[in-house]
Amino acid sequence: MTSIISIQNLSKTYASGLAALTNVSFEIKRGEILALLGPNGAGKTTLISIVCGIVNKSSGAVIVDGHDNVTGFRAARSLIGLVPQELHLSIFETVWDTVNFSRHLYGKDSNPAYVEEVLKKLSLWDKKDSKIVALSGGMKRRVLIAKALAHEPRILFLDEPTAGVDVGLRQDLWNVVRGLRDDGVTVILTTHYIEEAEELADRVGVINKGGLVLIEDKAVLMSKLGQKKLTLDLVTPVTALPKALAKYNLEIRSGGKTLQYNYDTKQGTSGIAGLLKDLAAAKLEYSDLHTEQSSLEDIFMGLVTQ
Amino acid sequence: MNTRAVQTIFMAEMKRFFRTIGQSLISPVISTVLYFVVFGAAIGSRIQQIDGVAYGAFIVPGLIMLSLLTQSVSNASFGIYFPRFSGTIYEYLAAPVSALEMVFGFVGAAAAKSILIALVILVTSWFFVPMQILHPFWMIGFLLLTAITFSLMGFIIGLWADGFEKLQIIPLLIITPLTFLGGSFYSIKVLPPFWQAVSHFNPVMYLVSGFRWSFNEVADVNIGISLAATVFFLVVCLGAVMWIFKTGYRLKS
Repeated sequence: MTSIISIQNLSKTYASGLAALTNVSFEIKRGEILALLGPNGAGKTTLISIVCGIVNKSSGAVIVDGHDNVTGFRAARSLIGLVPQELHLSIFETVWDTVNFSRHLYGKDSNPAYVEEVLKKLSLWDKKDSKIVALSGGMKRRVLIAKALAHEPRILFLDEPTAGVDVGLRQDLWNVVRGLRDDGVTVILTTHYIEEAEELADRVGVINKGGLVLIEDKAVLMSKLGQKKLTLDLVTPVTALPKALAKYNLEIRSGGKTLQYNYDTKQGTSGIAGLLKDLAAAKLEYSDLHTEQSSLEDIFMGLVTQ
Repeated sequence: MNTRAVQTIFMAEMKRFFRTIGQSLISPVISTVLYFVVFGAAIGSRIQQIDGVAYGAFIVPGLIMLSLLTQSVSNASFGIYFPRFSGTIYEYLAAPVSALEMVFGFVGAAAAKSILIALVILVTSWFFVPMQILHPFWMIGFLLLTAITFSLMGFIIGLWADGFEKLQIIPLLIITPLTFLGGSFYSIKVLPPFWQAVSHFNPVMYLVSGFRWSFNEVADVNIGISLAATVFFLVVCLGAVMWIFKTGYRLKS
Protein backbone atom coordinates (compact mmCIF):
# COMPACT_ATOMS: atom_id res chain seq x y z
CA MET A 1 0.00 0.00 0.00
CA THR A 2 1.58 3.33 -1.04
CA SER A 3 1.75 6.35 1.20
CA ILE A 4 -0.72 9.21 0.65
CA ILE A 5 0.51 11.50 3.43
CA SER A 6 4.07 11.74 4.63
CA ILE A 7 4.70 13.55 7.89
CA GLN A 8 8.37 14.37 8.28
CA ASN A 9 10.02 15.59 11.50
CA LEU A 10 7.01 17.72 12.32
CA SER A 11 7.30 19.97 15.35
CA LYS A 12 5.05 22.66 16.75
CA THR A 13 5.72 25.03 19.59
CA TYR A 14 2.95 27.56 20.26
CA ALA A 15 3.68 31.19 21.07
CA SER A 16 2.93 30.37 24.71
CA GLY A 17 5.97 28.08 24.68
CA LEU A 18 3.89 24.91 24.73
CA ALA A 19 5.60 22.22 22.66
CA ALA A 20 2.55 20.45 21.21
CA LEU A 21 4.45 18.22 18.78
CA THR A 22 8.07 17.15 18.83
CA ASN A 23 9.73 15.67 15.77
CA VAL A 24 6.84 13.48 14.63
CA SER A 25 7.37 11.38 11.49
CA PHE A 26 5.11 8.74 9.96
CA GLU A 27 3.38 7.72 6.77
CA ILE A 28 -0.35 7.40 6.18
CA LYS A 29 -1.19 4.66 3.71
CA ARG A 30 -3.53 5.16 0.80
CA GLY A 31 -7.01 3.81 1.50
CA GLU A 32 -6.52 2.91 5.15
CA ILE A 33 -8.37 3.93 8.29
CA LEU A 34 -5.81 5.21 10.72
CA ALA A 35 -6.84 5.90 14.29
CA LEU A 36 -4.74 8.34 16.26
CA LEU A 37 -5.17 7.65 19.93
CA GLY A 38 -4.00 9.77 22.76
CA PRO A 39 -5.14 11.41 25.96
CA ASN A 40 -6.45 14.98 25.98
CA GLY A 41 -3.71 17.46 25.16
CA ALA A 42 -1.49 14.83 23.55
CA GLY A 43 -1.14 16.80 20.29
CA LYS A 44 -3.66 14.97 18.09
CA THR A 45 -5.66 18.04 17.06
CA THR A 46 -2.49 20.08 16.53
CA LEU A 47 -1.21 17.39 14.18
CA ILE A 48 -4.44 17.31 12.17
CA SER A 49 -4.64 21.10 12.13
CA ILE A 50 -1.13 21.41 10.70
CA VAL A 51 -1.82 18.87 7.97
CA CYS A 52 -5.06 20.67 7.04
CA GLY A 53 -3.48 24.15 7.04
CA ILE A 54 -5.21 25.60 10.09
CA VAL A 55 -2.13 25.79 12.29
CA ASN A 56 1.37 26.79 11.16
CA LYS A 57 4.10 24.24 11.78
CA SER A 58 7.30 25.24 13.57
CA SER A 59 9.47 22.85 11.54
CA GLY A 60 9.27 19.71 9.44
CA ALA A 61 7.19 18.94 6.37
CA VAL A 62 3.85 17.46 5.39
CA ILE A 63 3.60 15.94 1.91
CA VAL A 64 0.10 15.13 0.68
CA ASP A 65 0.11 12.85 -2.35
CA GLY A 66 3.37 14.42 -3.52
CA HIS A 67 2.40 18.02 -2.73
CA ASP A 68 3.98 20.00 0.11
CA ASN A 69 1.06 21.30 2.16
CA VAL A 70 2.54 24.83 2.30
CA THR A 71 4.15 25.42 -1.09
CA GLY A 72 1.60 23.27 -2.92
CA PHE A 73 -1.30 24.10 -0.63
CA ARG A 74 -3.94 24.18 -3.37
CA ALA A 75 -3.28 20.66 -4.62
CA ALA A 76 -2.75 19.32 -1.10
CA ARG A 77 -5.86 20.87 0.44
CA SER A 78 -8.08 19.91 -2.52
CA LEU A 79 -7.51 16.29 -1.58
CA ILE A 80 -8.41 16.73 2.08
CA GLY A 81 -11.71 17.01 3.90
CA LEU A 82 -11.78 17.99 7.56
CA VAL A 83 -14.43 17.32 10.18
CA PRO A 84 -13.52 19.44 13.20
CA GLN A 85 -14.09 18.43 16.78
CA GLU A 86 -16.39 21.34 17.63
CA LEU A 87 -19.73 21.97 15.91
CA HIS A 88 -18.60 25.02 13.94
CA LEU A 89 -21.46 25.82 11.59
CA SER A 90 -23.23 28.87 10.17
CA ILE A 91 -26.43 28.29 12.05
CA PHE A 92 -28.75 30.39 9.88
CA GLU A 93 -27.87 28.53 6.69
CA THR A 94 -29.84 25.57 5.37
CA VAL A 95 -28.16 22.17 5.16
CA TRP A 96 -28.26 22.28 1.36
CA ASP A 97 -26.73 25.75 1.16
CA THR A 98 -23.96 25.13 3.65
CA VAL A 99 -22.87 21.87 1.98
CA ASN A 100 -22.85 23.55 -1.43
CA PHE A 101 -20.93 26.49 0.05
CA SER A 102 -18.19 24.07 1.10
CA ARG A 103 -18.08 22.50 -2.35
CA HIS A 104 -17.73 25.87 -4.05
CA LEU A 105 -15.09 27.04 -1.58
CA TYR A 106 -12.93 24.21 -2.90
CA GLY A 107 -13.39 25.58 -6.41
CA LYS A 108 -15.73 22.83 -7.54
CA ASP A 109 -18.73 23.48 -9.76
CA SER A 110 -22.20 22.60 -8.52
CA ASN A 111 -23.11 18.94 -8.65
CA PRO A 112 -26.58 18.51 -7.13
CA ALA A 113 -26.59 14.77 -7.79
CA TYR A 114 -23.38 14.25 -5.79
CA VAL A 115 -24.52 16.48 -2.91
CA GLU A 116 -27.81 14.59 -2.84
CA GLU A 117 -25.91 11.31 -2.64
CA VAL A 118 -23.80 12.58 0.27
CA LEU A 119 -26.85 13.87 2.14
CA LYS A 120 -28.69 10.60 1.62
CA LYS A 121 -25.69 8.59 2.78
CA LEU A 122 -25.66 10.64 5.99
CA SER A 123 -29.45 10.44 6.46
CA LEU A 124 -29.69 14.20 5.97
CA TRP A 125 -31.73 14.30 2.78
CA ASP A 126 -35.05 15.00 4.49
CA LYS A 127 -33.37 17.83 6.41
CA LYS A 128 -31.82 19.50 3.37
CA ASP A 129 -34.03 22.59 3.63
CA SER A 130 -33.80 22.85 7.43
CA LYS A 131 -31.75 25.57 8.99
CA ILE A 132 -28.76 24.30 10.96
CA VAL A 133 -30.03 26.05 14.10
CA ALA A 134 -33.04 23.71 14.13
CA LEU A 135 -30.96 20.51 14.03
CA SER A 136 -29.95 18.28 16.93
CA GLY A 137 -26.30 17.91 17.93
CA GLY A 138 -26.03 14.57 16.16
CA MET A 139 -27.50 15.99 12.96
CA LYS A 140 -25.10 18.91 13.12
CA ARG A 141 -22.21 16.49 13.28
CA ARG A 142 -23.55 14.76 10.18
CA VAL A 143 -23.72 18.15 8.46
CA LEU A 144 -20.05 18.71 9.29
CA ILE A 145 -19.20 15.39 7.69
CA ALA A 146 -21.33 16.25 4.63
CA LYS A 147 -19.49 19.58 4.33
CA ALA A 148 -16.14 17.81 4.56
CA LEU A 149 -17.20 15.37 1.81
CA ALA A 150 -18.76 18.05 -0.40
CA HIS A 151 -15.68 18.49 -2.59
CA GLU A 152 -15.11 14.75 -3.08
CA PRO A 153 -11.91 14.51 -1.01
CA ARG A 154 -9.60 11.50 -1.21
CA ILE A 155 -8.52 11.93 2.41
CA LEU A 156 -10.85 12.62 5.32
CA PHE A 157 -9.74 13.80 8.74
CA LEU A 158 -12.21 13.27 11.55
CA ASP A 159 -11.25 14.96 14.79
CA GLU A 160 -13.01 13.12 17.61
CA PRO A 161 -16.05 12.34 15.41
CA THR A 162 -18.06 10.56 18.07
CA ALA A 163 -17.27 12.72 21.10
CA GLY A 164 -20.55 13.26 22.88
CA VAL A 165 -22.80 11.40 20.44
CA ASP A 166 -25.23 8.67 21.37
CA VAL A 167 -24.62 4.98 20.73
CA GLY A 168 -26.96 4.78 17.71
CA LEU A 169 -25.33 7.69 15.94
CA ARG A 170 -21.90 6.37 16.76
CA GLN A 171 -22.73 3.11 14.98
CA ASP A 172 -24.11 5.07 12.02
CA LEU A 173 -20.97 7.17 11.81
CA TRP A 174 -18.79 4.10 11.97
CA ASN A 175 -20.76 2.64 9.06
CA VAL A 176 -20.27 5.86 7.12
CA VAL A 177 -16.53 5.72 7.75
CA ARG A 178 -16.35 2.09 6.63
CA GLY A 179 -18.33 3.01 3.51
CA LEU A 180 -15.86 5.79 2.73
CA ARG A 181 -12.93 3.41 3.10
CA ASP A 182 -14.70 1.02 0.72
CA ASP A 183 -14.94 3.90 -1.76
CA GLY A 184 -11.17 4.33 -1.54
CA VAL A 185 -11.10 7.34 0.80
CA THR A 186 -8.23 7.39 3.28
CA VAL A 187 -9.64 8.14 6.74
CA ILE A 188 -7.67 9.48 9.67
CA LEU A 189 -9.58 9.81 12.90
CA THR A 190 -8.49 10.97 16.27
CA THR A 191 -10.22 9.56 19.24
CA HIS A 192 -9.79 8.81 22.85
CA TYR A 193 -12.37 6.07 22.68
CA ILE A 194 -10.25 2.97 22.38
CA GLU A 195 -13.21 0.90 21.24
CA GLU A 196 -13.57 3.20 18.26
CA ALA A 197 -10.03 2.47 17.15
CA GLU A 198 -10.50 -1.21 17.89
CA GLU A 199 -13.72 -1.28 15.88
CA LEU A 200 -12.72 0.77 12.87
CA ALA A 201 -9.01 1.17 12.35
CA ASP A 202 -6.65 -0.71 10.09
CA ARG A 203 -3.73 0.86 11.89
CA VAL A 204 -3.40 2.59 15.21
CA GLY A 205 -1.05 5.41 16.12
CA VAL A 206 -0.58 6.44 19.72
CA ILE A 207 0.36 10.04 20.45
CA ASN A 208 1.38 11.12 23.90
CA LYS A 209 3.00 14.34 25.12
CA GLY A 210 3.56 15.59 21.56
CA GLY A 211 5.36 12.49 20.34
CA LEU A 212 4.32 9.45 18.35
CA VAL A 213 4.69 6.55 20.76
CA LEU A 214 3.95 3.91 18.16
CA ILE A 215 2.14 3.27 14.90
CA GLU A 216 1.26 -0.27 13.99
CA ASP A 217 -1.30 -2.47 12.25
CA LYS A 218 -4.07 -2.96 14.76
CA ALA A 219 -3.95 -6.75 14.58
CA VAL A 220 -0.15 -6.85 14.77
CA LEU A 221 -0.19 -4.39 17.63
CA MET A 222 -2.63 -6.43 19.59
CA SER A 223 -0.86 -9.70 18.98
CA LYS A 224 2.56 -8.18 19.55
CA LEU A 225 1.81 -6.28 22.67
CA GLY A 226 -1.21 -8.13 23.90
CA GLN A 227 -1.07 -10.01 27.13
CA LYS A 228 -3.26 -13.06 27.32
CA LYS A 229 -4.65 -14.75 30.34
CA LEU A 230 -5.89 -18.28 30.87
CA THR A 231 -8.51 -18.75 33.55
CA LEU A 232 -9.11 -22.19 35.06
CA ASP A 233 -12.22 -22.93 37.14
CA LEU A 234 -11.13 -25.48 39.75
CA VAL A 235 -13.32 -28.36 40.89
CA THR A 236 -11.89 -28.11 44.41
CA PRO A 237 -10.83 -24.67 45.73
CA VAL A 238 -7.17 -24.30 46.76
CA THR A 239 -5.48 -22.06 49.30
CA ALA A 240 -1.90 -22.55 48.10
CA LEU A 241 -0.17 -23.80 45.00
CA PRO A 242 1.81 -27.01 44.88
CA LYS A 243 5.58 -26.50 44.55
CA ALA A 244 5.56 -28.13 41.12
CA LEU A 245 3.54 -25.17 39.80
CA ALA A 246 5.69 -22.44 41.32
CA LYS A 247 7.54 -21.87 38.04
CA TYR A 248 4.33 -20.65 36.38
CA ASN A 249 3.02 -17.13 36.67
CA LEU A 250 -0.17 -18.24 38.42
CA GLU A 251 -2.57 -16.28 40.62
CA ILE A 252 -5.21 -17.72 42.91
CA ARG A 253 -8.51 -15.86 42.41
CA SER A 254 -12.13 -15.94 43.62
CA GLY A 255 -11.25 -17.33 47.02
CA GLY A 256 -9.28 -20.21 45.52
CA LYS A 257 -11.97 -21.26 43.05
CA THR A 258 -10.03 -20.11 39.97
CA LEU A 259 -6.46 -19.95 38.82
CA GLN A 260 -5.30 -17.26 36.45
CA TYR A 261 -2.29 -17.83 34.25
CA ASN A 262 -0.84 -14.72 32.59
CA TYR A 263 1.34 -15.13 29.55
CA ASP A 264 2.79 -12.97 26.87
CA THR A 265 2.03 -13.72 23.24
CA LYS A 266 5.39 -12.20 22.36
CA GLN A 267 7.06 -15.27 23.85
CA GLY A 268 7.63 -18.15 21.46
CA THR A 269 5.54 -20.60 23.49
CA SER A 270 2.67 -19.89 25.77
CA GLY A 271 3.59 -22.61 28.25
CA ILE A 272 -0.05 -23.70 28.42
CA ALA A 273 0.64 -27.31 27.40
CA GLY A 274 3.23 -27.73 30.16
CA LEU A 275 0.98 -26.04 32.69
CA LEU A 276 -1.94 -28.33 31.92
CA LYS A 277 0.30 -31.38 32.19
CA ASP A 278 1.72 -30.21 35.52
CA LEU A 279 -1.79 -29.46 36.80
CA ALA A 280 -2.82 -33.03 35.99
CA ALA A 281 0.32 -34.37 37.70
CA ALA A 282 -0.47 -32.27 40.78
CA LYS A 283 -4.00 -33.69 40.73
CA LEU A 284 -5.63 -30.26 40.41
CA GLU A 285 -8.81 -30.83 38.45
CA TYR A 286 -10.58 -28.06 36.58
CA SER A 287 -14.15 -27.91 35.30
CA ASP A 288 -13.65 -25.20 32.64
CA LEU A 289 -10.99 -23.01 31.11
CA HIS A 290 -10.97 -19.96 28.85
CA THR A 291 -8.47 -17.43 27.49
CA GLU A 292 -8.79 -13.66 27.15
CA GLN A 293 -6.69 -11.25 25.17
CA SER A 294 -6.02 -7.85 26.65
CA SER A 295 -7.89 -5.05 24.89
CA LEU A 296 -6.40 -2.15 23.02
CA GLU A 297 -7.33 -0.11 26.06
CA ASP A 298 -4.95 -2.11 28.22
CA ILE A 299 -2.22 -1.68 25.64
CA PHE A 300 -2.94 2.02 25.34
CA MET A 301 -2.92 2.60 29.07
CA GLY A 302 0.31 0.67 29.27
CA LEU A 303 1.88 2.98 26.72
CA VAL A 304 0.71 6.35 27.95
CA THR A 305 1.43 5.71 31.58
CA GLN A 306 4.99 4.55 30.92
CA MET B 1 -6.78 31.69 -8.83
CA ASN B 2 -9.75 30.00 -7.14
CA THR B 3 -12.33 32.39 -8.63
CA ARG B 4 -15.15 30.06 -7.65
CA ALA B 5 -14.13 30.47 -3.98
CA VAL B 6 -13.90 34.27 -4.28
CA GLN B 7 -17.35 34.33 -5.82
CA THR B 8 -18.67 31.99 -3.12
CA ILE B 9 -17.34 34.10 -0.24
CA PHE B 10 -18.63 37.25 -1.93
CA MET B 11 -22.10 35.84 -2.53
CA ALA B 12 -22.36 34.37 0.99
CA GLU B 13 -21.54 37.78 2.47
CA MET B 14 -23.98 39.57 0.17
CA LYS B 15 -26.66 37.04 1.06
CA ARG B 16 -26.33 38.07 4.68
CA PHE B 17 -26.80 41.69 3.62
CA PHE B 18 -29.88 40.95 1.53
CA ARG B 19 -31.35 38.74 4.25
CA THR B 20 -31.64 41.87 6.38
CA ILE B 21 -32.10 44.28 3.50
CA GLY B 22 -34.65 46.33 5.47
CA GLN B 23 -32.28 47.04 8.33
CA SER B 24 -29.32 47.36 5.98
CA LEU B 25 -30.88 50.13 3.91
CA ILE B 26 -33.55 51.74 6.06
CA SER B 27 -31.24 52.89 8.83
CA PRO B 28 -28.81 54.81 6.57
CA VAL B 29 -31.78 56.37 4.74
CA ILE B 30 -33.38 57.47 8.02
CA SER B 31 -30.15 58.92 9.36
CA THR B 32 -29.60 60.80 6.08
CA VAL B 33 -33.08 62.27 6.28
CA LEU B 34 -32.37 63.32 9.87
CA TYR B 35 -29.12 65.02 8.85
CA PHE B 36 -30.97 66.92 6.13
CA VAL B 37 -33.70 67.98 8.54
CA VAL B 38 -31.18 69.15 11.15
CA PHE B 39 -28.29 70.51 9.05
CA GLY B 40 -30.14 71.24 5.84
CA ALA B 41 -33.46 72.69 6.91
CA ALA B 42 -32.98 73.83 10.53
CA ILE B 43 -29.38 75.04 10.58
CA GLY B 44 -28.56 75.15 6.88
CA SER B 45 -31.16 77.83 6.17
CA ARG B 46 -29.15 80.19 8.39
CA ILE B 47 -25.82 79.31 6.77
CA GLN B 48 -24.78 81.16 3.68
CA GLN B 49 -23.45 79.36 0.64
CA ILE B 50 -19.99 77.79 0.85
CA ASP B 51 -17.84 78.49 -2.21
CA GLY B 52 -20.98 79.19 -4.18
CA VAL B 53 -22.69 75.93 -3.22
CA ALA B 54 -25.87 75.82 -1.11
CA TYR B 55 -25.14 74.34 2.32
CA GLY B 56 -27.61 71.47 1.77
CA ALA B 57 -25.83 70.40 -1.42
CA PHE B 58 -22.42 71.07 0.15
CA ILE B 59 -22.90 68.46 2.88
CA VAL B 60 -24.15 65.67 0.56
CA PRO B 61 -20.65 64.34 -0.32
CA GLY B 62 -19.68 64.49 3.38
CA LEU B 63 -22.81 62.62 4.38
CA ILE B 64 -22.16 59.93 1.78
CA MET B 65 -18.53 59.65 2.91
CA LEU B 66 -19.61 59.37 6.55
CA SER B 67 -21.82 56.40 5.74
CA LEU B 68 -19.37 54.90 3.28
CA LEU B 69 -16.54 54.90 5.83
CA THR B 70 -18.53 53.61 8.78
CA GLN B 71 -20.39 50.99 6.72
CA SER B 72 -17.20 49.76 5.01
CA VAL B 73 -15.43 49.36 8.32
CA SER B 74 -18.33 47.72 10.12
CA ASN B 75 -19.28 45.39 7.24
CA ALA B 76 -15.75 44.15 6.70
CA SER B 77 -14.85 43.88 10.38
CA PHE B 78 -18.01 41.95 11.18
CA GLY B 79 -17.66 39.82 8.02
CA ILE B 80 -14.32 38.35 9.06
CA TYR B 81 -14.81 38.55 12.83
CA PHE B 82 -17.97 36.46 12.81
CA PRO B 83 -16.38 33.30 11.30
CA ARG B 84 -13.53 33.72 13.80
CA PHE B 85 -16.02 34.07 16.64
CA SER B 86 -18.23 31.16 15.54
CA GLY B 87 -15.28 28.93 14.61
CA THR B 88 -16.35 28.50 10.98
CA ILE B 89 -13.10 30.18 9.92
CA TYR B 90 -11.57 26.67 9.92
CA GLU B 91 -13.32 25.99 6.64
CA TYR B 92 -11.75 28.97 4.88
CA LEU B 93 -8.30 28.12 6.22
CA ALA B 94 -8.51 24.45 5.27
CA ALA B 95 -9.81 25.17 1.75
CA PRO B 96 -7.53 25.75 -1.24
CA VAL B 97 -8.11 29.48 -0.94
CA SER B 98 -5.20 31.92 -0.84
CA ALA B 99 -5.03 34.91 1.48
CA LEU B 100 -5.59 37.26 -1.42
CA GLU B 101 -8.68 35.35 -2.54
CA MET B 102 -10.13 35.60 0.95
CA VAL B 103 -9.48 39.34 0.93
CA PHE B 104 -11.14 39.66 -2.48
CA GLY B 105 -14.22 37.82 -1.25
CA PHE B 106 -14.68 39.49 2.14
CA VAL B 107 -13.44 42.97 1.30
CA GLY B 108 -15.15 42.96 -2.09
CA ALA B 109 -18.48 42.13 -0.45
CA ALA B 110 -18.03 44.73 2.31
CA ALA B 111 -17.15 47.40 -0.27
CA ALA B 112 -20.09 46.42 -2.50
CA LYS B 113 -22.49 46.70 0.43
CA SER B 114 -21.26 50.12 1.49
CA ILE B 115 -21.33 51.39 -2.11
CA LEU B 116 -24.94 50.23 -2.39
CA ILE B 117 -25.76 52.16 0.78
CA ALA B 118 -23.87 55.21 -0.52
CA LEU B 119 -25.88 55.14 -3.72
CA VAL B 120 -29.13 54.86 -1.77
CA ILE B 121 -28.11 57.93 0.27
CA LEU B 122 -27.22 59.77 -2.94
CA VAL B 123 -30.65 59.04 -4.39
CA THR B 124 -32.33 60.03 -1.10
CA SER B 125 -30.42 63.32 -1.08
CA TRP B 126 -31.84 64.17 -4.48
CA PHE B 127 -35.26 64.47 -2.88
CA PHE B 128 -34.01 67.15 -0.47
CA VAL B 129 -31.49 69.30 -2.31
CA PRO B 130 -30.77 70.24 -5.89
CA MET B 131 -27.50 68.58 -6.77
CA GLN B 132 -25.01 68.33 -9.54
CA ILE B 133 -22.26 65.78 -10.16
CA LEU B 134 -19.76 67.54 -12.42
CA HIS B 135 -17.28 64.65 -12.59
CA PRO B 136 -19.22 61.38 -12.29
CA PHE B 137 -16.22 59.18 -13.13
CA TRP B 138 -14.12 60.81 -10.42
CA MET B 139 -17.08 60.47 -8.07
CA ILE B 140 -17.32 56.72 -8.77
CA GLY B 141 -13.53 56.40 -8.57
CA PHE B 142 -13.40 58.00 -5.11
CA LEU B 143 -16.39 55.94 -4.02
CA LEU B 144 -14.67 52.71 -5.07
CA LEU B 145 -11.23 53.58 -3.69
CA THR B 146 -12.64 54.74 -0.37
CA ALA B 147 -14.95 51.76 0.00
CA ILE B 148 -12.12 49.32 -0.72
CA THR B 149 -9.60 51.12 1.51
CA PHE B 150 -11.91 51.30 4.51
CA SER B 151 -13.17 47.77 3.96
CA LEU B 152 -9.54 46.65 4.13
CA MET B 153 -9.19 48.63 7.33
CA GLY B 154 -12.35 47.00 8.67
CA PHE B 155 -10.95 43.60 7.72
CA ILE B 156 -7.83 44.36 9.76
CA ILE B 157 -9.98 45.44 12.72
CA GLY B 158 -12.03 42.24 12.38
CA LEU B 159 -8.84 40.20 12.51
CA TRP B 160 -7.38 42.15 15.41
CA ALA B 161 -10.50 42.22 17.57
CA ASP B 162 -10.91 39.50 20.14
CA GLY B 163 -14.33 40.60 21.31
CA PHE B 164 -17.39 42.47 20.09
CA GLU B 165 -16.36 45.55 22.13
CA LYS B 166 -13.11 45.90 20.21
CA LEU B 167 -15.06 45.61 16.99
CA GLN B 168 -16.90 48.79 17.94
CA ILE B 169 -14.12 50.73 19.55
CA ILE B 170 -12.07 51.75 16.48
CA PRO B 171 -15.05 52.97 14.43
CA LEU B 172 -16.39 54.78 17.48
CA LEU B 173 -13.15 56.33 18.72
CA ILE B 174 -11.29 56.93 15.48
CA ILE B 175 -13.35 56.69 12.29
CA THR B 176 -16.35 58.76 13.37
CA PRO B 177 -14.31 61.61 14.94
CA LEU B 178 -11.99 61.72 11.92
CA THR B 179 -14.98 61.91 9.60
CA PHE B 180 -16.67 64.67 11.55
CA LEU B 181 -13.39 66.59 11.82
CA GLY B 182 -12.49 65.90 8.20
CA GLY B 183 -14.75 68.57 6.77
CA SER B 184 -17.86 66.46 6.19
CA PHE B 185 -20.14 69.29 7.25
CA TYR B 186 -17.88 72.30 6.68
CA SER B 187 -14.99 73.54 4.64
CA ILE B 188 -11.77 73.39 6.64
CA LYS B 189 -11.04 76.85 5.25
CA VAL B 190 -13.43 78.24 7.86
CA LEU B 191 -11.20 76.88 10.66
CA PRO B 192 -8.48 78.95 12.36
CA PRO B 193 -5.05 78.40 10.72
CA PHE B 194 -3.84 76.08 13.49
CA TRP B 195 -6.78 73.68 13.12
CA GLN B 196 -6.54 73.89 9.36
CA ALA B 197 -2.95 72.64 9.65
CA VAL B 198 -4.03 69.87 12.04
CA SER B 199 -6.75 68.83 9.59
CA HIS B 200 -4.11 68.08 6.98
CA PHE B 201 -3.02 65.13 9.13
CA ASN B 202 -6.52 63.69 8.92
CA PRO B 203 -6.68 61.19 6.02
CA VAL B 204 -10.47 61.45 5.85
CA MET B 205 -10.17 65.14 4.94
CA TYR B 206 -8.52 64.18 1.63
CA LEU B 207 -11.27 61.69 0.84
CA VAL B 208 -14.09 64.11 1.60
CA SER B 209 -12.37 66.93 -0.27
CA GLY B 210 -11.73 64.83 -3.38
CA PHE B 211 -15.22 63.40 -3.30
CA ARG B 212 -16.78 66.85 -2.90
CA TRP B 213 -14.71 68.16 -5.80
CA SER B 214 -16.23 65.49 -8.06
CA PHE B 215 -19.67 66.92 -7.21
CA ASN B 216 -19.14 70.68 -7.20
CA GLU B 217 -15.49 71.34 -8.04
CA VAL B 218 -15.25 72.71 -4.51
CA ALA B 219 -12.28 71.28 -2.62
CA ASP B 220 -10.12 71.99 0.44
CA VAL B 221 -7.04 70.46 -1.19
CA ASN B 222 -5.96 69.83 -4.74
CA ILE B 223 -7.71 66.85 -6.37
CA GLY B 224 -4.35 65.27 -7.24
CA ILE B 225 -3.28 65.36 -3.60
CA SER B 226 -6.63 63.87 -2.56
CA LEU B 227 -6.21 61.01 -5.00
CA ALA B 228 -2.59 60.39 -4.00
CA ALA B 229 -3.54 60.35 -0.30
CA THR B 230 -6.40 57.92 -0.94
CA VAL B 231 -4.20 55.55 -2.97
CA PHE B 232 -1.45 55.78 -0.33
CA PHE B 233 -3.90 54.81 2.38
CA LEU B 234 -5.14 51.94 0.24
CA VAL B 235 -1.60 50.62 -0.23
CA VAL B 236 -0.90 50.87 3.52
CA CYS B 237 -4.05 48.88 4.36
CA LEU B 238 -3.32 46.31 1.65
CA GLY B 239 0.23 45.89 2.95
CA ALA B 240 -1.05 45.38 6.49
CA VAL B 241 -3.54 42.74 5.34
CA MET B 242 -0.88 40.87 3.36
CA TRP B 243 1.43 40.90 6.39
CA ILE B 244 -1.38 39.50 8.52
CA PHE B 245 -1.94 36.60 6.17
CA LYS B 246 1.74 35.94 5.77
CA THR B 247 2.28 35.66 9.49
CA GLY B 248 -1.10 34.09 10.23
CA TYR B 249 -1.66 36.80 12.86
CA ARG B 250 -4.90 36.07 14.75
CA LEU B 251 -5.85 33.49 12.13
CA LYS B 252 -3.40 30.66 12.59
CA SER B 253 -1.55 29.87 15.79
